[in-house]
Amino acid sequence: MHDVLRVPARNQPAVNDFALKLANVNGTGSASANGLLMQAIFRMGIPVTGKNLFPSNIQGLPTWYEIRVNKDGYGARALDYDLMVAMNSQTYVRDVREVRSGGYLMYDSSWPLDPELLRNDVTFLGVPLAKMCNESFAEPRERILMKNIAYAGALCAALDIDMGVVDELLGEKYGRKKALLDSNHKALKLGYNYTRDNFACPLPFHLAKMDANGDKILIDGNTATALGCLYAGATVAAWYPITPSTSVLDAFKALCEKYRRDPDTGKNNFMIIQAEDELSAIGMVLGANWNGARAFTSTAGPGISLMNELIGLAYYAEIPAVIIDVQRVGPSTGMPTRTQQGDVLLSAYASHGDTRHILLFPSSPAECFEFAVKSFDLAEHFQTPVLMLSDLDIGMNDWVIPRLKWDDSFRPDRGKVLTAEELQAMANYFRYSPEDQDHVAARTLPGVDSKGSFFIRGSGHNKLGGYTEIPDEYKEVMDRLKLKHQASAKYVPAPIIHNRPGARFGVLSSGGCDPAVREALDILEERGVPADYLRVRGFPFDKPVEEFLASHEFTFVVEQNRDAQLKALLTLETPVPKEKLRSVLVYGGFPLSARHVVDAILDQIEN
Amino acid sequence: MPSITKPVAAHPSLQRNELGLTIRDYEGSMSTLCAGCGHDSITAAIIRAFWEMSTPPHMIAKLSGIGCSSKTPTYFVGGAHGFNSAHGRMPSIATGAAAANRDLTYIGISGDGDSLSIGIGQMVHAIRRNVRLLYVIENNGVYGLTKGQFSASADVGSKSKRGEPNRMEPIDPVRMALSLGATFIARSFSGDKEQLVPILKAGIAHRGFALVDVISPCVTFNDHEGSTKSYLQTRKHLMQATETDFVPPAREILANISSEGSTSVTMHDGSVVNFRRVPEGYDPTDRSKVTAFLDHHMKTGEVVTGLLYLDESSQDMHELSNSTEVPLAHIPFETLCPGSKVLDEFQEEYR
Repeated sequence: MHDVLRVPARNQPAVNDFALKLANVNGTGSASANGLLMQAIFRMGIPVTGKNLFPSNIQGLPTWYEIRVNKDGYGARALDYDLMVAMNSQTYVRDVREVRSGGYLMYDSSWPLDPELLRNDVTFLGVPLAKMCNESFAEPRERILMKNIAYAGALCAALDIDMGVVDELLGEKYGRKKALLDSNHKALKLGYNYTRDNFACPLPFHLAKMDANGDKILIDGNTATALGCLYAGATVAAWYPITPSTSVLDAFKALCEKYRRDPDTGKNNFMIIQAEDELSAIGMVLGANWNGARAFTSTAGPGISLMNELIGLAYYAEIPAVIIDVQRVGPSTGMPTRTQQGDVLLSAYASHGDTRHILLFPSSPAECFEFAVKSFDLAEHFQTPVLMLSDLDIGMNDWVIPRLKWDDSFRPDRGKVLTAEELQAMANYFRYSPEDQDHVAARTLPGVDSKGSFFIRGSGHNKLGGYTEIPDEYKEVMDRLKLKHQASAKYVPAPIIHNRPGARFGVLSSGGCDPAVREALDILEERGVPADYLRVRGFPFDKPVEEFLASHEFTFVVEQNRDAQLKALLTLETPVPKEKLRSVLVYGGFPLSARHVVDAILDQIEN
Repeated sequence: MPSITKPVAAHPSLQRNELGLTIRDYEGSMSTLCAGCGHDSITAAIIRAFWEMSTPPHMIAKLSGIGCSSKTPTYFVGGAHGFNSAHGRMPSIATGAAAANRDLTYIGISGDGDSLSIGIGQMVHAIRRNVRLLYVIENNGVYGLTKGQFSASADVGSKSKRGEPNRMEPIDPVRMALSLGATFIARSFSGDKEQLVPILKAGIAHRGFALVDVISPCVTFNDHEGSTKSYLQTRKHLMQATETDFVPPAREILANISSEGSTSVTMHDGSVVNFRRVPEGYDPTDRSKVTAFLDHHMKTGEVVTGLLYLDESSQDMHELSNSTEVPLAHIPFETLCPGSKVLDEFQEEYR
């Protein structure tokens, strides 16, 4: 049956429907040329996705940038490259191999290409980039940098990228630096003119202006996360630099310097502390939250490993904390510049003893913004750590998303915090009693009133907050903490469900898998295999997740880790029988593609 | 003897401070440490220092790590919030707390295990940031709660209760802090409350990180013959380098600051630390002279005490960060959130 379904992975490339890959050497300035191309296509109103596949290195190692253009808006990573821009002699062999049959390869023809690399089924476009740049620019560094802009120019000719848009972008970027602007224009023209004069331009697949982007924006998830923290009213951020989360704090700092300086005094309404390690970063976050500020940290898996100790303290002592985890490939140092969803189980139960945490799974920069704000509300409402699990793909790549909106009537949920007046009106104050319907008890802040003074501790305590080693008293608190966690299920973002008529099974996924899964489900439906889709957006799981799993004969859980961590969490935390869950696991470190999902699902339903 | 209850009533004749509070108002719950523990004497000195400074109890934040020393914040200023954190992590938690609210007075209580082993990195970096925090190390050279292992401050040759000698060099928090650029460095002895109280008061007033290393003998695990941190040995080798008076701003006029060879340092709040007696050539504001003095006296096995170094001119963490005078935790959301218009404008850069 499925031989019929095995149509080619993708249709032939066409106008506004193709993928290109740029192979570069890290640290040579290719990022700005690639970013320029991305942004130009975006400005032409065409749906576009860029994936930066970069090494853990400052200079010299291979790096790739993939651009997928898709008029229908499918934004997952493409695996078939119609055009390869091979600018790195170290990787020629595999770059040439990766071009789709019938595709094109652009290379620097300043030096002859090894005839062994040639392929009959690929058209080679030789552009003497280095030669032209060496003749036109005097400075060695400029020659290297401008070679990138020159290939961008060549692509403008080959793909019909609107030169007016490119000019406009260069003007915005280098408007005040005339010499630099002139060099860029010159380099751009070199590549453009040579390509136009020597090849049949544009190529059969190319770009044509559309109006699909409306007022959308092109932004990375880490910047959106930082914006969320700014808008949530976070005043203290403590962190330790780590790929791929560093740009969260870089962006937060830039935003605070712009929007959080007191206009009258010039003083900062924020403090950002670069800690000595993640042990300290989380400690600072706890200290600041205990003292009534909204504070967060941003890290990656290795940082979560170190933070485990104090995450447990925050859980048990009931201190709010927001932890942004931009996941990368583990275990250990793993692959710091590659993406994965490998911290799901670690985060759900971080720390020793019985602990369980609130998790949020954003799927795009839009949700990074929304969920970052939500994280602070949840952390303060439930007086507990909240971990937002982003990943490198969402965090560091540019995504086209709907314009972010802010409701000026929004007021944060600061949770139950007693004022001096409220304390004075009370006979007695006890930290962990009485509890409300969400099993949360009111907290007090230092500096408010002696009546609310309390000695918070990670050691055994009873419901009044006193030290205890008595089994029943200890258990009473621990049982309430479990109920409190359960109660948060109603507050975490609800799952997104998309049902299709005639669906035979379910597909469940989370986070950055979303674009690939949605595309895969469309392809499967076209091939007569419709499936329902649920995307979890938070943990603990609420009833709709349980109902979805119960209502399907079986469900594929698509995730980016080896050990099916989300599936494991579902089997632990919902009544679903294990045998009703199947896995699609893609964990090599590059973003998920629809083909991965389609192939894995078809393989399994065949067998 | 330790007990778990304390009498509630205070004697009517007890003296009152500027806030009308008696010293009983600065006490906490009853100590559960061993009878004779040096830490209890330090607790008593802390109670007296805060009472004499008339610090409002609710404006004090007490933080600690884990260990015998770290239990003591429950034993003083019951009207203050306390945070008994995790082993070696108090400096980071105090740093975050201080970041959030610069109006409170922070005291961190730690021990030699907490500060010189598991938490040495955090302590070092809190010093670097010059967090405004009175940081007390209750230093006994031994792990008490785990029954008698050497700590990193144990001296070479000091013997454990079982007679085993320590062979590794000790870490001296005072000399380490000097080399790190700490702005307030003192050493004292739990048995010398007269010396300790003014040091603690100066530490409370200090703008920045105030390190007070207090030799505090462990009566159960490190007070035997052969231990260099026993009461007997400590008393025998004490060498008081400086004597200090602390003169709060309001009473400055009454103080008699004169005697020869003395130095005064005016604190940022107008109070004065008066070094009544210092050895010839010693300058508690000159880091290199203090270092040379300590190096010299260390060789003879002396335990040099006093407020040893004071730099009131360096900026604390908030000044270094250019943060606003208002506690960050008190800034209203309306001020913090830039609103929809700014978000719209911001996104123009992402078009």
